[in-house]
Parts: sequence; structure tokens; C-alpha cells
Amino acid sequence: MRELRTEILVIGAGPAGIAAAVSAERAGARALLVDMQSEPGGQVWRGQWDKPTNRQSRRWIAALRQSPVECRYGLRLVDFAAPGLAVFDGPDGSLRVRCERLVVATGARERLLPFPGWTLPGVFGAGGLQVLVKNGWPVAGKRVVVAGSGPLLLAAASSLRAAGAQVLLVAEQAAAADLARFAARLASHPAKLVQAAALRLRLAGVPYRSSAWVERADGDEQLRSVRLRIGRYSERLDCDALAVGFGLVPNIEIAQLLGCTLADGAVVVDEQQHSSVAGIYFAGEACGIGGVDQALIQGEIAGRAAAGSARLSFGLRRARARSERFARALDRHFTLRDELRHLAAADTVLCRCENVGYGAAQVCRSQRDARLQTRLGMGHCQGRVCGAACAFLFGWDAATPRPPLAPVPLSCFTASPTEENPQESP
Amino acid sequence: MTHDAIIVGGGIVGCAIAERLARAGLAVCLLERDVLGGAATAASMGHLVVLDDDTAELSLSAYSCARWRELAPQLPATAEYRRTGTLWIARDAAEMDEAARKRERLASAGVDGELVSPAQLALLEPALAPGLAGGLRVVADAVVYPPVAAAWLARRAVAAGAQVRCGVEVRAIGDGDVLLADGGRLRARHVIVANGCAVPELLAGVPVRKRKGHLLITTRAQPAVNHQLVELGYMQSAHGGDGESVAFNVQPRPTGQLLLGSTRQFDDLGCGVAPRLLRRLVARAQEFLPALERMTALRAWTGFRPTTPDHRPLIGAWPARPGVWLACGHEGLGVTTALGTADLLAAQLLDLPLPFDARPYAPARFAPDAELAHAG
Repeated sequence: MRELRTEILVIGAGPAGIAAAVSAERAGARALLVDMQSEPGGQVWRGQWDKPTNRQSRRWIAALRQSPVECRYGLRLVDFAAPGLAVFDGPDGSLRVRCERLVVATGARERLLPFPGWTLPGVFGAGGLQVLVKNGWPVAGKRVVVAGSGPLLLAAASSLRAAGAQVLLVAEQAAAADLARFAARLASHPAKLVQAAALRLRLAGVPYRSSAWVERADGDEQLRSVRLRIGRYSERLDCDALAVGFGLVPNIEIAQLLGCTLADGAVVVDEQQHSSVAGIYFAGEACGIGGVDQALIQGEIAGRAAAGSARLSFGLRRARARSERFARALDRHFTLRDELRHLAAADTVLCRCENVGYGAAQVCRSQRDARLQTRLGMGHCQGRVCGAACAFLFGWDAATPRPPLAPVPLSCFTASPTEENPQESP
Repeated sequence: MTHDAIIVGGGIVGCAIAERLARAGLAVCLLERDVLGGAATAASMGHLVVLDDDTAELSLSAYSCARWRELAPQLPATAEYRRTGTLWIARDAAEMDEAARKRERLASAGVDGELVSPAQLALLEPALAPGLAGGLRVVADAVVYPPVAAAWLARRAVAAGAQVRCGVEVRAIGDGDVLLADGGRLRARHVIVANGCAVPELLAGVPVRKRKGHLLITTRAQPAVNHQLVELGYMQSAHGGDGESVAFNVQPRPTGQLLLGSTRQFDDLGCGVAPRLLRRLVARAQEFLPALERMTALRAWTGFRPTTPDHRPLIGAWPARPGVWLACGHEGLGVTTALGTADLLAAQLLDLPLPFDARPYAPARFAPDAELAHAG
């Protein structure tokens, strides 16, 4: 097993991680940036390493290219062998990284909720389908319904249209009044305003309905149609694909593993992005969903703080306060409605990995009870998908993650760093 | 109201006792502070195995395994009861001699075992490493999925009139009652303490210690393993000194996953997974199953075995406290012996003929001065 040493280890090379690593180096520290994907960018800047498409990504990707930050890609975190000793698994086997301080910027994942037919081929996560499309999956001419909640729906619809899909409808479950208040809130966030306007432009001609959600998806072996609830009406729409997502949930597995304090499903950090555990910083969506602006600001603060440069400039403080207001607005205006808790039937699959139905889980007392009695969340994804659904459906706390954080070869546990390989030095 | 019996702890032992006493017509109330089968029961492999370290262990485990076989046809499919048998594996001639002695001891309790040659071993379990000396095959042994079995026993208890209350924590045991964490009191003629490692929290002087274990499960589609595979050196690991030990113990799950055990340590009271122990666990398993090297680990976790100084459970009256009974300290054998424990405790409590000699398990062997214990 190979072993690296670094002063600051940054896990996750999305906007927050890039900003953290670059800022740490600028503040005079040595940083190592690691990501499970094959190149930096994370979810939001996917595919932009070689051709950045906006001002922010151009700026930060250029900064990372010019910075002496060492980067390693294709590495998944397995566990911490000790505080400050991370074990990764990658194409060349496992890698251990010793660090003095840690910045975690692992972003968020999409919240998926069960409704009859949601496991049919042709039903995608909204963010998931957007990724597929960015990677060249053909959607030209396909009739697509985009549904769920949050600004991500607009971004997904925009990507789909750009790739030639016929977007039949964007169904947002939030009520029109909440959306209007959210849009008004955007006015105080110039970057977001531009972004939203661009989207509106591209979406010209695509119906956008509020108080609208998919009640069920139908088809034999493939999605054929969806039944929508739009206000008080029910409507059936033939389509080839459904892109559905109910907002984002912070990825908190590393925080749980390290024993960091959580609140409302996000990591609790102080003004320096420092968690409750000494030497461990979090930045970006893991601290609460707030979008790319917030991720960049928090990443910059975390990187500087981890490098020992604790003083925040007035500009950074102001930028953070503004991004936090946006995050709170997101949370408030896209609150998921109660009806979404009652879409699934008893036999609707809730945990896809272990094929556990909604009815079997519903009678359990807690996530742990459901794990033990039904195997819910015990499969390949280890409850990453159904855990977030259960948190909304039943109010259950997330189950404690077990190492390894991702399935890894057993040899990853037995390889001994000292015996097999002398230490490399970054 | 006054219950005939309050059972503290909804692990598999408490559930089995609730079922047994409710079936005998008692007004039973089981109190579980979290979820049924959520502590040692959940961390158990669910290997229903006859162990023969001493005659007491042999009679309790042989009796209990027979009771499991009687119950098997009624268990729900999700309890995953399967007669996998146990294959005790010998690495050398000395361990093969031990296999022969083990066969004799099992036979004395009416349990059949068959000595297996290296060639037969390779046929029975092709994934095993070459060069092993053979083994002992016990076909009557089985495996079960413990949390579901525990919950099923609790449902049977409810069907027989028992109350089962989860999320109810007992703060203290009084005279003829229990004090709940929410301040309430429940009266009972008998209080049966079956809360595993947590017994000392309620009864000072009961010598139950936590003995930590690590487990690891692989993803599906692993090399076919047919029996629960255990190295003959396991008993040495299980009952040896207080030091840390690791033994090869692998179970095939019906899903095609392999469950890897087992480690033992007294010194670590935290529930975290220790990479050093995982490394020893996996390395040991690979000595016997080389193909594991290419396999994928899905999840690792830990649990605590409730252990007594002489490695025998405490089943019977706790002399220091009239009306208080113990059913605890089963170490790694609580799932196997839950049914025998319930029968033995019920026989004592109801003054029925004993299914087997109760003396080796009598808590009195550890009872301190009664007044001191009460004060504590």
C-alpha cells in the first residue's frame, strides 16, 4: 500500500474543495486534493476541467491549474485508520494519506422519494439524468417530464433542452406563492439572478407548473406515461423519460464516521468552517445546501483557516452572510409538501438495493429497526438513497455509516504500508 | 396493575423468555429501551451451534439447538433458518485428534458428527485452501437471522397475551417493581433481567463484562461456501485468556454474501471499528479461504458479548434480590441458547421439572453478600 503525507488533505474536488485547496496553498500550506471522479469539478462543474462554461468555474479551474496543489483522482475514501490517516481505494489499489488537518467538501446528493413506478426504466434522478446527458447520453427528440423540487429542476431541464430533448413540463411541488417569494429573494443575489434569467430564456416555451408533482409512473417494462397532480387536477402525460428529484441532501457520512456534531442533517461548523472535532473542517453542501456560491466562499474560508490564516476579510464575511441568506431561502421556499409522504403504496419499493417495500419499512420504529428487520439500507449503496427518503417519510435519523464507506476489495484491509512500500513524499 | 413477570431487555433471550412465560399463562410485560434484537442479538452471526467446552455448555447448547429445530417449520422465511451444518476445520494432525475427541463429546449429548478427510473437505468446500488436515462435520447445526427471530418470538409472546413495549428504558429495579426512565413505576411479582451487557447498570455485583467483536460482510456473488466454517482453534480463541484473539469463522448468507468473524477483546469499550482488528480478521480468513483476496467488503461493524468470569451464562434467581431473576451473560452463544435459557428459567420460576441440570448456570455462584449487593 502506498502512503502519502501532506499538511492539509482536502477530500472532494468540487467548487468547495477546489477553493479550499487553492486557498490553503495561497496561505502558505501544502495541500493534497483528492476526488473519487477522474477529474475535478464535482457534480456542479462536471466536464468543465477542459472547457469551463462560466466565470466562476473559469476562475477557479485556472487557479487550480496554476497552483502547486497536488491532485489525485479516482480515489474513494474507505475509512480512517486513525485520526489523520485516511485510507483510499483506487484503480492502483489502496492509498493511505497522513495529514495534519482535513477539509471535507463532499457535497450533496439528490433526494429521491418513492412513488408507484419510480423504479421503472426511464425514470431518472433529475441530477443523475443531467450527468448522463453531459456525458453524452442521447436524449434528442425524447419526451421528458422534469419533476420534483428546487432550482436543480431548472438546471436539469435546461441541460436536457440543450441536448435536444423535448421537455414537456417542469413540475415543481412548491406552491406558486413560495416560488414568487424565492424569486424575489434572488434579486439580492446578482449571480443567481443572472443564472436564473439565462435559464428562463433557454426554457422559453417549456411549461413550468407549481404545486405540481408526479403521483405515479406507468409502463410495462419501460416508462410510458406519468400521472401528475397539478393543483386540484390530475393529468396523464405520455413520455419517454422522467427526471425527478426532491432537492439535495448533504453527504455527511464522513462527518458521522469522524464523530462530528450534526444538526438537521448537516455538519455543524463555526465561523472558520471548523467542525466539532479538532483539525477537521467542512465546506460546501455538507454544511447545509446553499449552492455553488456558498460552496466557494466556505471552501476559501476553510482552506485559509486550515492553513492557519484565521482572519476573515470583510469581503469574505459579507459574501458568506449573503450566501447563507440564500441557503435559508432555499430551505424555506422549497419545503416538501406532506402529500409526497403518501404517494408510495405498500408494495412500492423503498430500498432498491435490498428490494424492501414501503409497507415493510413503515411499521418499523427507526432506521435501525428497519435495517435489522427488513435489511433496508444494508445493500450496495448502504442506505444513501433510501436513508434520505426515510428521513423525510418517517422522520427517522440517519443510520450510522459503517466502514468501508464504499465497497472495497478485502485486500484493502490486509495490505500493510510499512512492510510493502517505503513512504512516498508529495 | 401488577404483572406476573416483567422482562427487562428485548434481545433474543428476553424475547424467548417472554414467549415462554406468556405461553405458560403468565401476565408478561417485556421492556426494551431501543428496538427488539438491536444490541448483541444484532451483532451475532446467528450460528446455532452445539459447543462442548464443558458439559454444562454442551447440555444447554444441544438442548437449545434441538428446540430451534422444532421451531424451524414455524419461523418466517425472513428469519432465514437454514441447516447449513458446521464444518470444524483442522489444520494439522493435532487438530484432527481434537476433532475426533470433539466428535466423542458431541456424541455423548446425542449430536452426530462425522470426521472428514482432506479429500472430502475439498469436495464439501472447494473454496477452502489446500493442505488442510480435514475436519469434523456436524450436520444438525444451523444458522438463523437473529433480529428477525427475536422479533418473531416477541410477536408470539404478544399473541399469547404478553405486552411488548419498545423505547421504554428501565432506570432501576426496586422491590417488586421497576422504575422507568420517564419516572413511571411498573409492579411485578418477578423481574427477569435479560439486558445483556447492560445488566451491571441495573444490578451491581453481577459480573458481566463486555467482550468486543468485529464482523465484516462481503458483497454478493462470492465463492460458494456451503457450511458455517469454523477453525478448531476457535474454542481456544473463545475461551482462552483475557487477551485479544482472532479465529476463522465464516458463514454463507442466503443472499450469497459471506459473513466473516470473529475477534475477541476486552480492553476496547468503544463501538468503533478498529482497522487493526479488521486486518487480523481478514488475514485469518484468507488463510482458510484464499479467494477472499479478490472479494469485496461491503460493511464492517462491532458488537459486545456479555461475558461472565467462567464463560457460562447466568440463568436463575439472583440471591441478592428476592424476586429478581437473571438470564444474561451468554457471551457469543445467546442466540443458540435463547430457547434453552427460556425453558430453564421458566421451569425454575414456575416450579416445573427442569429440562437439564440448572446448577452450572445458577447466578448464586457469583452472588456477593446479599445486603452489600442491595446497597450497591
